Amino acid sequence: MQSILSVKNLNVSLEDNKILEDISFSLEAGESMAVIGPNGSGKTVLLKSLLDLIPYSGQVKWAKNVKIGYVPQKIDADRHLPITLLDLLEAKMRTLHLVQSDCREVCRIIGLTANALKTPVGHLSGGQFQKGLIALALLGNPGVLLLDEPTASLDQSSEEHIYELIYRLQEQYRLTIIIVSHDLSMVYQHVDKVLCLNKEGLCFGDPHDVLDPKMLKKLFGTSFEYYHHAHKTK
Amino acid sequence: MQITPELYSVVLALAVALAAGLVGSFALMKRMSLAGDVISHVALPGLGIAFLIHANPLIGGGIALFLGTLLIWQLQKSSTLSTETAIGVIFVASVAIGTLLTPEEDLIEALFGGFAPLDTMGFLLGLGAVIVIVSFILSFRDELILALFSPELAATSGINVNRLNLQYLLVFSLTILAALQFLGALLVGALLIVPAAIGRQLTHTLGAFLITSAAASVLSVGLGLLTSHLHHLALGPTIVSIASLLFVLSLLKKKK
Repeated sequence: MQSILSVKNLNVSLEDNKILEDISFSLEAGESMAVIGPNGSGKTVLLKSLLDLIPYSGQVKWAKNVKIGYVPQKIDADRHLPITLLDLLEAKMRTLHLVQSDCREVCRIIGLTANALKTPVGHLSGGQFQKGLIALALLGNPGVLLLDEPTASLDQSSEEHIYELIYRLQEQYRLTIIIVSHDLSMVYQHVDKVLCLNKEGLCFGDPHDVLDPKMLKKLFGTSFEYYHHAHKTK
Repeated sequence: MQITPELYSVVLALAVALAAGLVGSFALMKRMSLAGDVISHVALPGLGIAFLIHANPLIGGGIALFLGTLLIWQLQKSSTLSTETAIGVIFVASVAIGTLLTPEEDLIEALFGGFAPLDTMGFLLGLGAVIVIVSFILSFRDELILALFSPELAATSGINVNRLNLQYLLVFSLTILAALQFLGALLVGALLIVPAAIGRQLTHTLGAFLITSAAASVLSVGLGLLTSHLHHLALGPTIVSIASLLFVLSLLKKKK
């Protein structure tokens, strides 16, 4: 299989603080990877450096002509602005010179109703809003989806619904997925690889091989006791 | 109908109001009301120097605005508390230095603007500025929306967010410059903020928001021109008072 992303010796410093130190990993097309780690471990910074949005040293090498969709952890604007999901989708559609049918297709795949599209984003439920963000990321037909804690503000049932949607998309469209998450159940059940991050990369590989109690305690601290015994269900 | 310098001034004031309503809508969405107010106040030292040396005040104000815009753009790139502090300092320093520099007889005009007849050249320059502003907003509306919603999402859509921010700030400053003669350095920021606040209060979609903000701005300036003419009131404060009244009325409509 062809490597779609190769990261070697990635270092990021912001205002003289080392945020990421000597991170290396690689992903093949169609694979999924979770990035886990405690708060402040550099997960979002890693995504931003993969998107070339912040200065870094080392190598981030994407396959040629790869298109990336990004689902942000939070939005910068006030959610209670008079903007509907349709306004946002159409803005991206016109920016990328797509046609209406592309937008309709993405909404159908995600399961966004006409009613949800016409609703101001501040009035959407957390799950619908998150679906809207995923639809925005999918416009333009990306081969890679980067998701920064897509279920951070959701209740458990919405969370499961969003994870199911993400992994259904991955299987149907052979998307490569990089997802930042705190949810270890999801990591064990759904992803091919995990990157444990605490400024430096503490582990990388199949979650069932690398995520043992010792590693989890090293990553999250001595009080951490979660350990998953189930076999991979994917 | 005979074209008079007074008519030029009325038409330009209404055209500038339209531009300010559109630009102000994005300023509100970008949460840059404070930065916008600072930019308008930065014009004051430039106006003061121009009055002192008997130059065209708009040239002095324009140079000061351009420098202020670059300064705010640099400060915006980092979003730390010290940035806000710096913006606060620039705000008060501009008003203080500008007030000291401006000759006393010109101070009220510099601070609160007024109604003055326009020659053809002044009218055409003003109209040119309005065309640039409105064209920019209509052409870059989609990029602006994506960038204010999530700069990262905008970047993955191929938008150069940093360059777009600078372009928007320059257009913002051009709007302030065009409206400066009518509202003055102290009140011009209100024409960018209050109509947009009305639009936000009354609408649910982006298109309706932009149209309502622009309409509220044109209505405020139109009623302001009429009221100040009929009752011999200062133009800038009359426009801002009417806009504020419309905002209070808009609060009566409860948002669903």
